Amino acid sequence: MKRHLLSAADLSRDDAELVLTTAEELRSLADRPIKKLPALRGRTVVNLFFEDSTRTRISFEAAAKRLSADVINFAAKGSSLSKGESLKDTALTLEAMGADAVVVRHSASGAPHRLAHSGWVRSSVVNAGDGTHEHPTQALLDAFTMWRHLGPKSGGSLDGRRVAIVGDVLHSRVARSNALLLRTLGAEVTLVSPPTLLPVGIESWPVETSYDLDAVLPKADAVMMLRVQRERMHGGFFPTAREYSRRYGLDGRRMALLQDHTIVMHPGPMVRGMEITADVADSDRSVIVEQVTNGVAVRMAVLYLLLGGSQPAVSTEGLPE
Amino acid sequence: MTTYLVKNASILGGDPTDLLIADGVVKEIGGDLSADGAETVDATGLVALPGLVDLHTHLREPGREDAETVESGTRAAALGGFTAVHAMANTEPVADTAGVVEQVWRLGREAGHCDVYPVGAVTVGLAGERLAELGAMADSAARVRVFSDDGRCVSDAVLMRRALEYVKAFDGVVAQHAQEPRLTEGAQMNEGELSGRLGLAGWPAVAEEAIIARDCLLAAHVGSRLHVCHVSTAGSVEIVRWAKAKGWDVTAEACPHHLLLTDELAATYDPIYKVNPPLRTAADAEALRAGLADGTIDIVATDHAPHPHEDKDCEWAAAAFGMLGLETALSIVQETMVDPGLLDWAGVADRMSYTPARIGRVADHGRPIDVGEPANVVLYDPSARRTVEASESASLSRNTPYAGMELPGRVVATFLRGRATVLDGKLA
Repeated sequence: MKRHLLSAADLSRDDAELVLTTAEELRSLADRPIKKLPALRGRTVVNLFFEDSTRTRISFEAAAKRLSADVINFAAKGSSLSKGESLKDTALTLEAMGADAVVVRHSASGAPHRLAHSGWVRSSVVNAGDGTHEHPTQALLDAFTMWRHLGPKSGGSLDGRRVAIVGDVLHSRVARSNALLLRTLGAEVTLVSPPTLLPVGIESWPVETSYDLDAVLPKADAVMMLRVQRERMHGGFFPTAREYSRRYGLDGRRMALLQDHTIVMHPGPMVRGMEITADVADSDRSVIVEQVTNGVAVRMAVLYLLLGGSQPAVSTEGLPE
Repeated sequence: MTTYLVKNASILGGDPTDLLIADGVVKEIGGDLSADGAETVDATGLVALPGLVDLHTHLREPGREDAETVESGTRAAALGGFTAVHAMANTEPVADTAGVVEQVWRLGREAGHCDVYPVGAVTVGLAGERLAELGAMADSAARVRVFSDDGRCVSDAVLMRRALEYVKAFDGVVAQHAQEPRLTEGAQMNEGELSGRLGLAGWPAVAEEAIIARDCLLAAHVGSRLHVCHVSTAGSVEIVRWAKAKGWDVTAEACPHHLLLTDELAATYDPIYKVNPPLRTAADAEALRAGLADGTIDIVATDHAPHPHEDKDCEWAAAAFGMLGLETALSIVQETMVDPGLLDWAGVADRMSYTPARIGRVADHGRPIDVGEPANVVLYDPSARRTVEASESASLSRNTPYAGMELPGRVVATFLRGRATVLDGKLA
């Protein structure tokens, strides 16, 4: 694997499959009474969060701690956008503390990329969500969840599996990372969204797009619902929340269109009643809670592999500059 | 005052000849000139061009003297071969009164590296709400003729119409920063496939083109002249071409960075490449070069925009828009226009000296190199090659996107009314 994980595009198929198989091994830990491995003893992982995200932060924290790493949580209130401490000064501080890996969440797209390539820090950088760009560990945990459910029936891979990602693609880092990673893993991705919430240039992405959820659902093996943020409702991207829910929400009627084996996913936090109804979120098809469990295992695998926990089957390409 | 005997200069790329510069003017042109007591400048292999005129420079003074001052910015200008620059109005305080424009004009005179022509703001405080006292600025010692809210668009159609009409009284021109504000809220880079992939908010071409089209129609309607700042898209070139075909009095500028660089550079997330309007596609750059070659785009203007280090040494979204340009402009025009055969040196003189001076109504600049004309002359070595070093810039700022890039050409000497501001590539 490369030294940093900034984009799902950084992962070759071998890299991604190594993360998934490593995560599978590590996930079994969760069922043991003692959930801890000594793999990263003496290493320091910093969770650098410029944006509130309790869910992602505790997931990384749990992952690092189960590998016996020392964890420092750094909630940097206000980026340099709001004239707080600059990204650079924060990075220099972490460097001085001897961080081995920096897990960074930032509201500015590309901030982890800057951190990794500006020469401010020597540590590995893991993108834990940057602006409207990417969220690669979310994509890995989503792929891991799909792989566990759908893989055994198709020879242990996601080749040819159809994944529908539904909602605000334009502002979604989850959609971007998933589109890239699922393609790498051989799945066929369809992005379903109102035209206002698809990025310009979507034609060149390795995905299908559709404005019609009902047409896509019967063919899907997994359906991933994206959160619709409240501020989009005032941005004129769609007329009303009601109309959005009618056209793009997943409710009981639409769930009935799915194949028997199809799973329903959501990266959280959900807006129940908006993009997903309660009966769907709480149904047997829903793997939303399992995604959280898998998140810890996948992040353990990422930290373990990035910090040199293991060498096998790791491609060692040069860093992108 | 020193008399200079320039030997074997190639005026606009023509046959080598000698130039005698004395008393602020070109005294003599011819073969084998000699003059007692004159300082001889060997210009063998050098092209002599009329002193360059920039219609679009940010000197940052007053207000942001940490980024640039009139003194430092005009030093950079002289080193780039400029003898006149137009200082944009978005200072702090804004150049929207006779007092501020006279201050900038006076600072330029005191610095003495090149002539400084302040641009007046169109609206009070660049707020886009009511006209600034354009007449007072025109009548001031600074004799303002170019008015611009550059950095912001005069987006209100009525206000733009009034400004276009009003400046006719003193032969002024409104230089529009064409950017539809609602279409570009939070915009970070050219909107296209790449912005979608990088997750950076897009700045669509239509936001520029829609304003240019509207302004051309307004200028035609009220019979005014319009100047369009930093044209960046192929569509804008088409619209300007159409307006000119109609016979409307519309002029347009292109910036060196839009001729050379493209939006692909944003993939580095290094905000050294963040500029407004943004770097566009290779097809846009090609259309700009073609437009500049055929005269649709009248001039090259630098949009020299210094920023302190911390405003670029950060994440993309937090960074300031803009890049340095004065010291590299001529090299980039050589690289993108002259070397590929799109423009000869006479064409360069037209796009970088004669026409910008005419648009800005600057009488003593943009004159041909002829006997009796003011001796505003640049000697340029097109055969030199240099690697740009940010630390070598005369600007107080370091935000050049060309650092480490090898560019052709070197300004050897600049004469401002017969006085050398640059000799042997260094400030005289």
